[in-house]
Amino acid sequence: MENEGQEQESEIVTEVNLKEDFQASGVADILAELDNSLIGLTPVKTRIKETASLLLVDKAREKLGLVNESPTLHMSFSGNPGTGKTTVALKMANLLFRLGYVRKGHLVTVTRDDLVGQYIGHTAPKTKEVLKKAMGGVLFIDEAYYLYRPENERDYGQEAIEILLQVMENNRDDLVVILAGYKDKMDKFFESNPGFRSRIAHHIEFPDYSNNELLEIAEVMVASMNYHFNKESKKAMAEYIKIRKKQPHFANARSIRNAIDRARLRQANRVFNNSKGPIGASFLSQIEDIDIRQSRVFSGGIDK
Amino acid sequence: MRVTQGTFSFLPDFTDQQIHEQVQYCIDNGWAVSIEYTDDPHPRNTYWEMWGHPMFDNPDAAAVVYELNECRKIYGSYYIRIIAFDSSPGWESIRLSFIVNRPPEEPGFKLSRTEVKGRNIQYSITPYSSDNPQGSRYK
Repeated sequence: MENEGQEQESEIVTEVNLKEDFQASGVADILAELDNSLIGLTPVKTRIKETASLLLVDKAREKLGLVNESPTLHMSFSGNPGTGKTTVALKMANLLFRLGYVRKGHLVTVTRDDLVGQYIGHTAPKTKEVLKKAMGGVLFIDEAYYLYRPENERDYGQEAIEILLQVMENNRDDLVVILAGYKDKMDKFFESNPGFRSRIAHHIEFPDYSNNELLEIAEVMVASMNYHFNKESKKAMAEYIKIRKKQPHFANARSIRNAIDRARLRQANRVFNNSKGPIGASFLSQIEDIDIRQSRVFSGGIDK
Repeated sequence: MRVTQGTFSFLPDFTDQQIHEQVQYCIDNGWAVSIEYTDDPHPRNTYWEMWGHPMFDNPDAAAVVYELNECRKIYGSYYIRIIAFDSSPGWESIRLSFIVNRPPEEPGFKLSRTEVKGRNIQYSITPYSSDNPQGSRYK
């Protein structure tokens, strides 16, 4: 503490340049990447930008000696499956690293199984091990509400929650915890664990994608695998999305990825069966509408 | 008498922040960091008790400092050291070892001389604290 005072005296900072700080931190790159690589999710992007500027301003205030407590950065991401929670968490870890709020910037993704043990005395070491691994970075707990099982009195989840809360409070500078899961279940989880709600500063909701956004996502995914749609197959994809969305177990972008994987399978099969003589790269990477329309979704079945 | 052994032994005791930085140096070099404790300060006591497993896959030193503080809660009056192992040569070799916790009072060592054949003298040292059985040496 004494040393800090001396340092501040020796180099007196009277003004800061936010724009320069912004450039130097490399946050701009991440925000731009966020904008370009993620389709839709406008409310999420806005929230992240707001958080980023808050953190940047906080750092600037700290430089000027305007003391403020280190901010609570624990977050909760709620939204349906496949809405990009993990992807955003990864970007978030990178963002916090660039801003200097976590030291290493790695993301550790866990679920209930990684935290809760199977017998007495097993849970605490397991949870601590995970927490230690996540220190200096971000701990992402997927489907966090499974930690709490009110129907089973002897469930060890409560023990994991207690350790988590303790470390979230005492080692605030060492790690950031992000809880993720479905909206309604998360709300219930927070209701029954008020300690969590008050320790989490940022509640970010992930909206479902619209049909157009899903189609855009499909195109990006296909392009990233070096395939391409033609006009008919794009139309088929749009129809596929419309029908699939109404069916149960729809998981937004994840369902689209699975549909594309199966379309690739059928495409490969078609190319193999029809090929006579040499074929070019464009033929090999072309997804025809028949590849998509063969899906069970069009005949009333469900693609899992 | 202040017991000194390992790296940095002639420096004043480290703060947690300094320990954090040294440990981070070890981790960045790819060494596995481990915490050990003992209440027998004899210099030939090489193998101390292990506090948990060596930490192979924690990228940040905060984890080690956290465990160190957990260890201090129970063995706060013992000697605690941090050891960094390097496995890159194909075997585990110690690269760095330093004491991070010591008893509030260190009574030191007793030097005993034994006269043997031909008026030769054999010397041996015994820590005063080891008169008591293990576990009740430092309070």
